[in-house]
Order: sequence, then structure tokens, then C-alpha cells
Amino acid sequence: MGRITLDKVRKAFGEVEVIPPLDLTIDDGEFVVFVGPSGCGKSTLLRLIAGLEDITSGQIRIDREDATDVPPAKRGLAMVFQSYALYPHMSVRKNIAFPLKMAGMDPTEIDKRVNEAASVLNLAQYLDRRPGQLSGGQRQRVAIGRAIVREPKAFLFDEPLSNLDAALRVNMRLEISELHQTLKTTMIYVTHDQVEAMTMADKIVVLHAGRIEQVGSPLELYRTPRNRFVAGFIGSPKMNFVEGAEAAKYDAHSIGIRPEHVDMSRESGVWQGRVGVSEHLGSDTFSHVHVDGIGTINVRTSGEVDVRHGDTVWLTPTAANIHRFDKEGLAIR
Amino acid sequence: MARKVSQNRKALVTVAAWAVGIAIFFPILWTVILSFKSEGDAIKTPFEVLSANWTLESYSTVQERSNYLRHFWNSVVLSVGSTLLGLLIAVPAAWAMAFVPGKRTKDVLMWMLSTKMLPPVGVLVPLYLIFRDFGLLDTRIGLVIVLTLINLPIIVWMLYTYFREIPGEILEAARMDGATLRAEILYVLTPMAVPGIASTLLLNIILAWNEAFWTLNLTAAKAAPLTAFIASYSSPEGLFYAKLSAASTMAIAPILIMGWFSQKQLVRGLTFGAVK
Repeated sequence: MGRITLDKVRKAFGEVEVIPPLDLTIDDGEFVVFVGPSGCGKSTLLRLIAGLEDITSGQIRIDREDATDVPPAKRGLAMVFQSYALYPHMSVRKNIAFPLKMAGMDPTEIDKRVNEAASVLNLAQYLDRRPGQLSGGQRQRVAIGRAIVREPKAFLFDEPLSNLDAALRVNMRLEISELHQTLKTTMIYVTHDQVEAMTMADKIVVLHAGRIEQVGSPLELYRTPRNRFVAGFIGSPKMNFVEGAEAAKYDAHSIGIRPEHVDMSRESGVWQGRVGVSEHLGSDTFSHVHVDGIGTINVRTSGEVDVRHGDTVWLTPTAANIHRFDKEGLAIR
Repeated sequence: MARKVSQNRKALVTVAAWAVGIAIFFPILWTVILSFKSEGDAIKTPFEVLSANWTLESYSTVQERSNYLRHFWNSVVLSVGSTLLGLLIAVPAAWAMAFVPGKRTKDVLMWMLSTKMLPPVGVLVPLYLIFRDFGLLDTRIGLVIVLTLINLPIIVWMLYTYFREIPGEILEAARMDGATLRAEILYVLTPMAVPGIASTLLLNIILAWNEAFWTLNLTAAKAAPLTAFIASYSSPEGLFYAKLSAASTMAIAPILIMGWFSQKQLVRGLTFGAVK
């Protein structure tokens, strides 16, 4: 089991309140991603759950038991750090065995579990090496191995992929998702990368300045963002925002339209504009179109499109996909 | 960027380095030379000293007159004992300062160091009286305590700088892995800090071995280490140069040999904090 409940959890460092009182429930077996810009408090929140930081007020419950004052060693959670935090003086085998040794497990059982974990993670041939002799991806695997051997109630990942190169990151992302399918253990994953959040999560928690902006499944957040912040943060490339007279036509203070929901035409449309930079990715083309009185609108077109800098084009937002926001930035439904 | 160093410059630097090295080492060399001369030859002019006959006379006299082994053993007990006791106190202290610093940690560190700026003679009388009242005069245990306290600021400072280089996340990982505080310090922090702890240990053994003020003032016969052994051959008239030299040579030889074998760790110890 691994159900984690945060009840009015608040964290302040001296006078500075980094996390105002916050409620959140993470269900057993869920893959939850905390996402937000740097400094939004997502790592702090994870460290509060881990017990590495003390909460200022509120309560944390793990499987209905109050864990607020339980030290990290006794919470039954495992954590994978951004820097991997392997023990440099121990072999891979000893690194993975360390939590089991701390639990006072029988050496033959430790050996069995370490070998199992090593074969799952393709580490069998590296067991006698030191972390210093491994590549970044292998180190990450060792860190994951160290976390899975003790069969924790939940896994905590603190930006585990940000030190890897882009190709490896995509691979590890799939491996972690695969691991979640196999283990079905609760996972809490912190990242600033919304693509990681969208691709891995069952449930995304969008954080901004210590506050939860919205909680929901990836597609819920994509389709019905609660406010401008979530609308702008989820989705890649970013949503286009239009304010002023154009927004007033829709009875809103501002409207948002995603690049994939704007049609571009050479003949006719709602907004006329001039093409600026075009990004040709092969599968898609992203054109930055300057529209007088509105600003720059990023448009996604499937496949290759022959548009050049300075061309005149017409844009039409698809009406069903226009998001409307009021003065405070809240979505109007 | 590679800099071209001319041959002349290189030669000059080499000569200068040797000159400084010899100037520092010369008193020790001269002591060793004098220890192998007779008492009469030792007070002659330097040239006459060098040409005089070599003899082991001083060494045998020193052996007859005093118990070298007892002093040697006292020195070992005091230096190793005070260093180990110091480490036992300093490892947790430095752990706390490096990984869970409070608002006043920097001040505490400065305050600890400031005790080293106090002239020891300033507290001689009170400490002497305390020792007398507690029956600690001329005991090894009393001196181990004093030497520990004297070197503790240095031990804590050195360990603190070494611990600061260890990423805190690794200790947090240990905590998440279920390690108790004891296990965290024993299995994770200490093994990672072995090079730092080793150089701290060596440097402090040397400092304690050479400490003369307290060892001379608080001992008489039973607990007297090698510093007292040397001092017993120094007389105001300066008539026993050769014997004094022989005693000095015997006193410094063990620590010199130890230093020679542990040069690498010592260099790191002496320049601690200077290079990261």
C-alpha cells in the first residue's frame, strides 16, 4: 500500500513561506508528477513527504498513519535523487544492498534481491564496479535499483533525468513508466519538464509559487486548464494568448489558443499576418506569425509547409478550442 | 594556459628552493651531527666539530641516565590518545556543523579557533590548581585531556572543511535507505572522509607529540613524555650540547620517520581548505 495524504501542509523557512497550507491526496499505485517552473516548491514538497525537511504545520499521512514526525528512515519510502547520490566508496552491489543491510536482512536474501534487481535493470555485469566507473545512465539505474530492492510503499523521484542527455532521457522515461506498470507502486515524480509530466503521469499536480494551481490527468489539464498559468505551462509549444479588443469579442479578458488549433491559409481567414521565423521539423512546421493588433501567434502545421519569412498568411482559430479567461486569469466556462 | 619558463628561471627557482629547504633543515642536521660528537668537541667551532671523531658516547650516557622507553611510551600514549579522543568528539561535531548548520555555526567555529589565540601561560595557574585538586598532576589521563582540548579546535576545523566537500544528498540518500544517524556516520560519512580523517589524525599526532608547554608544566616523572626527556638535558650553563643533541635526536626520530612515510596525507592536511 502507498496512499499519501497531505493535510494543510505548510512550510516556511524563517519568515518566508515557501508552501502555503496545501491539501493533496495521492492514491495507492498512482503515478503522480509534480510539475512547475524552478522555485515553485515542487522539490520542497517532495522533501517534506520524504521527511528530509520538517513541515511547519499540518499533517502528512502514509497509509492512514500519521507520519508527520516520523524520520525519513522509518517512512518506508525510497528516493531517487537528481545527482543519483550513490555511495562512491561502495561497489554497485553494496550500493543496491545498502537499504537491505540497514533493514537487517539476512545476507542470502540480500544477495538474491540484489541479483534480481540487477537483472531487471541490466546491471548484472557491473555489480562489482564502483559508481565512478559507470556512465550517467548506468548510475541512474543503480539509484533506481537501490530504491526498488526494499519494496517501498512509494518511490520519490527528484528530477531524476535532468543530468542525462536528451536521447537517454527519452529511454529512461520509458523505462521508469515500464517499471511503474510492473511494480504498480505509488510513484511521485518531480520535474520542470512538462513533456515528462504529460507522458508519464496518471495525475499531474501543477505548482506555482508553492500553490497547487490544478490537479488532474494530463489530458484534463490540456483540455480544460483552470487558469492562464496552467494553460500556458501545459502543452508544447506554449499556448498563444490574445488580450484586448480581440478577446472582448469572445466576452473574455484574454483568450488562449494552442498552436495546433490555429489554421493557416494563404487565401482567407480571421486574422491577417506576416510570417516571421518558421521552424521546420519535418513532421511539423511551427510558424511565428506577426498579426497587427494581436501580436505573434505560433501556428503548428502538420508536415512540411512551404512558408517563408515575410509571406502574408491568414489565420483562423478553431472556435471550439478557444480558452477564455477573466481578469484574474481564471478560465471562463 | 601553458607558460614558457626559461631554463635560467627554472635553475634559479630550484636553487632558491634548496636554499630555503636547507636553511629550515640545518638546525636538525646540526643537532644530529652534534649528537655523534664527544661533549668536548661539541662546543668547538663548526669546522673543528665536523673534523672531530664520531662517537656514540652521548647516546650511551643518555641511555644510562634516563629511561628513554618510558618517555617514548608516554609520548605515544599522549599523542595517539589525545588525537583519537579528539576525533571521537570532533567527527559528530563537524558532522553537525557541516550538514545541519544553524545560525550561529560560523560563530561557534570562530570562537573555537579563537581559543588558540590565547597565550597558554594565561591559564597555567588555574589549570595547575584544577589538576592539583583533582589529582591529575603528572598523570597520563590528565595530559590526554589537556592535549585533546588544545587540539580540538584544529581537529574540528579540519574535519569540517573535509565534510563540507561531501555532497549532503548522499547522506540524505542514506537516511532514505533506512540508516540511523550512527549508521549514516559510520558506513557513509566516515569511509568517504577517510583521506581527510587520516591527514587530521597524522597532523594532530605530530602537534601533540611536539607539545611542550603543558607537558613540561604538568608532569614530573611518571607521565613525562619525550619533551620532558629533552628538557632534562638542557642546562642554563649549556655544558651538555652533545647529550642534549642525542636526546633531541632520539625524541624527534620516531615522529620524523612517521612523517616521512605519510608525506602525501600531511601535505593535504597542512594545506587544508586552501585547494578544493
